[in-house]
Parts: sequence; C-alpha cells; structure tokens
Amino acid sequence: MSLLALEGVAVEVGGRRILDLEWLEVEPGEIVAVLGPTGAGKSTLLRVAHLLERPLRGTVRWRGEAVGWPAPLELRRQIAMAFQDPLLFAGTVAENVGYGLEVRRVDGAERKRRVSALLELFGIASLAARRPASLSGGEAQRTALARALAPAPELLLLDEPLASLDEPIRQRLRSDLTTILRRHGVGCLWVTHDQAEALAVADRVAVLEGGRLAQVGRPSEVFYQPATPFVAGFVGTGNTLRGRVTAVREGIVSVDLGGVEVEAVADLPVGASVLACIRPEDVVLGRSGGATHHSARNRMTGKVLAVLPQGATTRVTVACGVRLEALVTRRSAEDLGLVPDLDVWLAVKATAVHLIAEAG
Amino acid sequence: MGPELWQVIALSLVVSGVAIVVSMVLGVPVGIFLGLHRFPGRQLLVTLVNTGMGLPPVVVGLVVFLLLARAGPLGSLELLYTPTAMILAQVVIAWPLVVGVTLAAIQGLDARLRLQILSLGASPSQLYWKLVREARLSLVAALAAGFGSIISEVGAVMMVGGNIRGETRVMTTAIVLETRQGNFGLAIALSVVLLLIALGVNWLFTWVQQRGRV
Repeated sequence: MSLLALEGVAVEVGGRRILDLEWLEVEPGEIVAVLGPTGAGKSTLLRVAHLLERPLRGTVRWRGEAVGWPAPLELRRQIAMAFQDPLLFAGTVAENVGYGLEVRRVDGAERKRRVSALLELFGIASLAARRPASLSGGEAQRTALARALAPAPELLLLDEPLASLDEPIRQRLRSDLTTILRRHGVGCLWVTHDQAEALAVADRVAVLEGGRLAQVGRPSEVFYQPATPFVAGFVGTGNTLRGRVTAVREGIVSVDLGGVEVEAVADLPVGASVLACIRPEDVVLGRSGGATHHSARNRMTGKVLAVLPQGATTRVTVACGVRLEALVTRRSAEDLGLVPDLDVWLAVKATAVHLIAEAG
Repeated sequence: MGPELWQVIALSLVVSGVAIVVSMVLGVPVGIFLGLHRFPGRQLLVTLVNTGMGLPPVVVGLVVFLLLARAGPLGSLELLYTPTAMILAQVVIAWPLVVGVTLAAIQGLDARLRLQILSLGASPSQLYWKLVREARLSLVAALAAGFGSIISEVGAVMMVGGNIRGETRVMTTAIVLETRQGNFGLAIALSVVLLLIALGVNWLFTWVQQRGRV
C-alpha cells in the first residue's frame, strides 16, 4: 500500500489552476524526484503532500486512508520537510535538531539520545554546541536535514535541498542523504530542477509542467523515453529534431529529419509526425578516414561546427544535414583532435533514437 | 533623600512596571495575530495601531480623564486620581507601541519560517510560541521602548493622577512641581534618578540583545 497518494488533486489560487494531478503516490521507503521549472507547482504540491493545504478537489490518502481536513496533527507529524534554505532557529545546532522531538514532548534523555544519533549520522557531532551564524552553508543544511529526520518521519519532503550548495559539498551531501534515507526506509518526495540530481537519487521521477504531471516513471524511462516534447526539453535530451516517418519494417521505423534519415525502434505508422530525441552522450563520433567499424544502424558524416569543453566532457556540435550535439570525454576529444571544420563521422544506435508522436 | 522621595521613585517604577507588563500581555498576541493573518479590515487596524504609536500623551490623559471623571461612563468606579488611573493611561500609551513593534518583528521573520516550524510537527500554539522566541530580541526592544516612553511621560499621569502627595506623585510630576516651587536641587536629583533608570533599562536591553546574538 502506498504511503501517500494524491488522487485528482487540484489547487487554485485566484481562479488560476496551479496544480492539477491525476495521480501521484509515494511508496514506503521510495524516493520520488519531482522535476519541473519554476512555477510548475512544486511548492504547492509539497504543501498539499504535507497536509498543510487543503486541495480544491481530490483526495489525499495516507496509507490508503482518505485524509480529513484540517489534517490531524498526529498525521502531519509523520511527515517532515526541509527547504533550500536551512531556516535554522535561534539556539545551538543540537537545540535545532531536537525541536521536532521537543514539540512531540519526547522526554529529555530520549531526546538527547536521538539528537546525538542524528548529529552522528550527518557527521556534525562536533558542531552540537555551535550557533547557526557560525556554520558554513553545507553544515547548516546538514543541521536542517538532521532536524527534519530527528522525529523519524515516514515521509520526508524536500524542496530543492541542495540547490544553494557548491558542487563538491552538494555531491557529498546528496550521497550521504540518500544513504540515510535508504538505510532508514524513509519515503521521500524530492523536488529539484536539477536533472542530474533526480537521476542520481530517485526510484521514480515525476515531471511537472504547469501544475500537471507530464510524465512519471523510472529515471531511465523519463530520461531516455520522454513522453512529451516538454519533458524531452526539460530533462536535457539535447538533440530534439522534428521529422516524419517514411517507412516501417519489422519494428524499425525510418524517419526523415529534413536533411538526414535515421532509423529508430518504435511502433508508429508511416506519415506520423514525430519529435526525435537523441541524447548527446549516445552520439558516437570519429574522425573521417579513421576507424569506422561501428555497429550502429545510423551512420552519418558531417563537419564540426563548435567544440565546447565542459570539465570532464566536451560538447561537440556537428552539421550533418541537421545539427547534432555529441558529448565525448575530454580525453577522446583531445585524441581525435576535434576542431571546427574537421570532417567527422557520427553513429547512433536505433535504440538510442527515441520518438515522440506529435499531433498533426 | 528622604522616605517621601523613595516612595515617589517606587511608585513610578510600580505604575510603569505594571503598565508595561499589562501592555505586553495584551499587545504581543495582537501583534502576532496581525503579523500572521490576512483578513478584511486588517489594514485599517494596522493603520490605527500605527497612529496609536504616536498618540500625544496629553490627549490620552484627557480621554482617560473624561472616562473616569465622576460624570463620565466609568465614573462610578471612582478611579480618578488613583495609581490605577495612571496605569490605565500608560497602558493606552504603551499598548500601540507594543503591538506595532511586535507586528513589525513578526513580519520581519522569514515568511517560510512558519511553514518550517509547522513542518516539524508544531501545533498552532507551539507555532505561536516558537515565533515569539524567534522574534524575542525585537520583543525586548518593544519592552524597552514602551517602558522608556511611559516612565518619562508627564502629561497623562498629571491629568489622571493629580500629583497627590503620598498617593499619586511620581518622578515626572514631582520634577514639574519642585521646579515650579524653585526647589531645583530636588528636581535635578529626581531627574538624575530618572536618567539612571532610562540608562539601566537600555543597558539591560543591549545586554539581552548581545547575549542573543552570540
């Protein structure tokens, strides 16, 4: 049975519908990432999931039982939330972490024990007596997360919890937090606009667009088989090209992308308008005249337009009838000597071309 | 200084002390309520409070005088020219100050703090109490500002207290009287005591703030 289920939940503000969900649920111990741009209704979703805002219509279920409004405090206390900003209270780190236990009237000795355990878990035991003003951003956010988890909630709601941290600190906290959630079986609704974060932490990903769910699925489904052009754009598919199906043969369709033809695995009729999505990391690239023994069905030749190093990887734009972006490791970009105007070949497996049927 | 002088000082502290405590008890919840909730007519109330923060004490004195005068609506209580009347007048002066400063303090807190406190499992009353604790430095400011304004106030206590020797004479009214009678030594001594009290209150206030910051 699901921990939390939102059924046909809609919220309106000033007559404008800002949330309209057909169905969204979180299983016990499951991490569901909610991806979406600013204004997609993510914060409203969290307030409803926290039983703090009554939806205009629809049902919220906790362990299968419909929640009555206003939601009972005992129910609300099974859920906790942490925000992008730590929002720490005046007092020490230990007092902050103990607040949820204090309001639940957990007795002193037990409270002390829980607080120490949580401080230990988040690696901030040495900061117990410190005041919020003296903490770094990462330390403050660890305190906020320890505070949210101290009362042992069954569901944790996270609103962009790592968005204001610097990269190395963010990655460490991300992995620490997921480990803790997994080990203690805490269900989690994790709102983020960072697709890499969603991919790294989630069992399932829900993409919100204008208050509606554009797609819900396992990370690989959402990332490699986006259901709509919006999802494709938002999860950073990179190459999205409009085309038309020209032939169908044994589950393989040929698509004319206007200048180049590719083959893809799909079940679509001849004449269908499609959006072809090709993730840049699925585009294999080589120097013309060099080794070309690649088994991919789609092979093209083209000219390098631009080379953009991005740390460990390099983004290469190639003109091959259409513009395609490829992501190669920095090392192979150097080995291949990629520079603008270089003649190259490209290879893309038919299974790496994802087609979204479009109306008309 | 003679015992009469000590009595004057003590009465000043008692009257203003009681008045500020009553103002805090009646004013802080109203300030929190106005700071947290949106409802029709709220803007009008906030405007009234802000106006009240600048009420001329003499006008307050007149209104309280008319209320308590024998022919007034509360005349039967026979409170005019008693310390209770002085407390009442000082509450009317300090209460809007307390409400206004509390309101500003609550509005100055991060709006998301409320959601964060609720999300950690606080009941409505626990939420209110936590917000008071978060805004406590500003509330100490409200206390200091309110106390400072009423203990040094002279017009209203003169009108409703009457400056009766041994009964309603406080430091400010005594200073006025002694100056008028040419007893400058006594007037100056009382002024120094009043200044020392103001200094002490401010020192206490700064000390609490510094402690809260560390």
